[in-house]
Amino acid sequence: MGFIRRSSPKARPMPVSPKQARTLKHRSWVAFLVVPPVVFMSLFVVYPILSAFAYAFYEWRGLARGEFVGLANFKEVLLGATMAPTVWNAFLHNVYALVALMIIQNGGGFFLAWLLYKEPFGFRFHRVAVFVPVVLSTIIVGFLWKLFLNPNFGIINQAIYSIGLDSWAKPWLGDSSTALGALILANAWHFVGFPTLVYLAGMQRIPSEIIEAARLDGTTEWQLLKNIVWPLVAPSTTILFTLLFIGAFNWFEIPYVMVGLDGSPFGSTDVLGLVFYRTAFGNQSASIQNFGLGSALATLIFLFIVVFASMLTLWLRRREIQF
Amino acid sequence: MIAMAKSSPASSSSRQPVSFAFLAQVILIANSFVMLYPVVVMVLSAFKTTGEIFEHPFALPDFTQVHNFAKVLGETSMPTYFVNSIIVTGISILLILVLGTMAGYAVARYESRTNTFILLFFLAGLMLPLKLAVIPLFILLRDLNLLDSRWSLIVTYTAIGLPSAVFIMAGFLRSLPAELEDAARIDGASEPRIMWSVMLPLARPPMAIAAIQNAVPIWNDFFFPLVFIQTDSYKTLPQGLTTFMGEYTTDWGMLFAGLTIAAAPITLLYIALSRQFIQGMTAGAVK
Repeated sequence: MGFIRRSSPKARPMPVSPKQARTLKHRSWVAFLVVPPVVFMSLFVVYPILSAFAYAFYEWRGLARGEFVGLANFKEVLLGATMAPTVWNAFLHNVYALVALMIIQNGGGFFLAWLLYKEPFGFRFHRVAVFVPVVLSTIIVGFLWKLFLNPNFGIINQAIYSIGLDSWAKPWLGDSSTALGALILANAWHFVGFPTLVYLAGMQRIPSEIIEAARLDGTTEWQLLKNIVWPLVAPSTTILFTLLFIGAFNWFEIPYVMVGLDGSPFGSTDVLGLVFYRTAFGNQSASIQNFGLGSALATLIFLFIVVFASMLTLWLRRREIQF
Repeated sequence: MIAMAKSSPASSSSRQPVSFAFLAQVILIANSFVMLYPVVVMVLSAFKTTGEIFEHPFALPDFTQVHNFAKVLGETSMPTYFVNSIIVTGISILLILVLGTMAGYAVARYESRTNTFILLFFLAGLMLPLKLAVIPLFILLRDLNLLDSRWSLIVTYTAIGLPSAVFIMAGFLRSLPAELEDAARIDGASEPRIMWSVMLPLARPPMAIAAIQNAVPIWNDFFFPLVFIQTDSYKTLPQGLTTFMGEYTTDWGMLFAGLTIAAAPITLLYIALSRQFIQGMTAGAVK
């Protein structure tokens, strides 16, 4: 990048302001401010992340690092006879969750934000209400919906029985055709308030003259939403879609609490987060742990997220309009 | 879920072309109902016996029946989990604010060739999910003898929260006028004194934002305790809740009381300070 250093920085005379002249004392003060946070970050973030890549190239016996095995762990994760089918099955479920949540959670959030944007009667109440589940712990949300979805005594089936639609009642979490959908809806209930309020803030930043001008021109509500509001909240869309993308491929808590570590029934709710935890830290039924395979899987998830999230961000950024 | 909520009440006002405002109001009311009703059922069920929950799931309970709550608080480890959550969240936030303010102040108020490097360093920390480095972190904490202790969580949460605090603090501190510092310098104040007595008293609002933005995820986190903590007396609330739910699987009155107690502090705090919570939690996504 044409970066030429002709002499060592010391040899080059630096313009020194009188303020900086009290050098040693001043420098040690700045160092006192900067060094502890940087050391802390290096030890607990940079070092673990760099090690995570390195660990994937070794064989592990419990907590002890064994021999260097090159790409063998990666090969086992992506192509191995025992592990690869589980990984790809889980990956597919992450993709389903991502697509469904894009529509229900982010799409629903955009729609709700538009209704709130007009500041209708009860606006403040609705704004606070939609965000209540967001502040709750995922563990509370997961257990709550697990109880509600209980086949015999959960309020969902109880409500279905009480209106006489008995045939609609299902063991939602025990049926492999509905379990993943139930987890996705529980997640959407938990988080829909977040995109709602981020979109609302985005809409409130649109200069009101633009919307008024469109209204005077007789634009329909739908045209206004599609041609004016949606393009102008593009910065919010960029960040929400990127966050959802990262979240969907890190999905762990809701499945763990609601269907357990094995992604039951029959792996129909298995996701990469569960596979990673089982591989790295074992589970109750088979207390085996393999840090080599776990690190390889974590590295692959990480690279996937970094590559696709950056591409997604760049692509979404191009839609953004300056105003 | 929204589509479901939309169709049922709106159908009563059929045929006539309903006005947009009316339809919007119906949807918003239905949505708020869907958001709040599960929480309400949770609280109501906590006052019922398991038999009452099974037979009359939607009925109002006798609010004088507080034996579920008494049992959760008196006979389970829930109070211990609670205290652990307060200790872990409190110390983590304190460390995040202290270290974040130090780095943010240095970057914002002193010219240095290393500033860009330091900001990039923290920016990387902001982007990388530490969850995926949990294996090396686990080994590191074991080598430092911190595994299975509250400190394992405190250092992890501090590391995760620090980058955002640096950016929030640096962004704010950079906006303060240089005249403030210069006036104090002419009066002969030392650099630490300027920071402590002149600049930091002005920086309370961004500190509150950084604190809320980090406190909610830390208070609610489940993944790191699951990996790091085994000893029951060190468990935090979300992890302790899974132990508790496993012990009382068939006693639904107890389960709902446990969930209600676990949810109460943050929900009440949110209702009291909703503006600050919303501002703090969406701070990263709203420019």
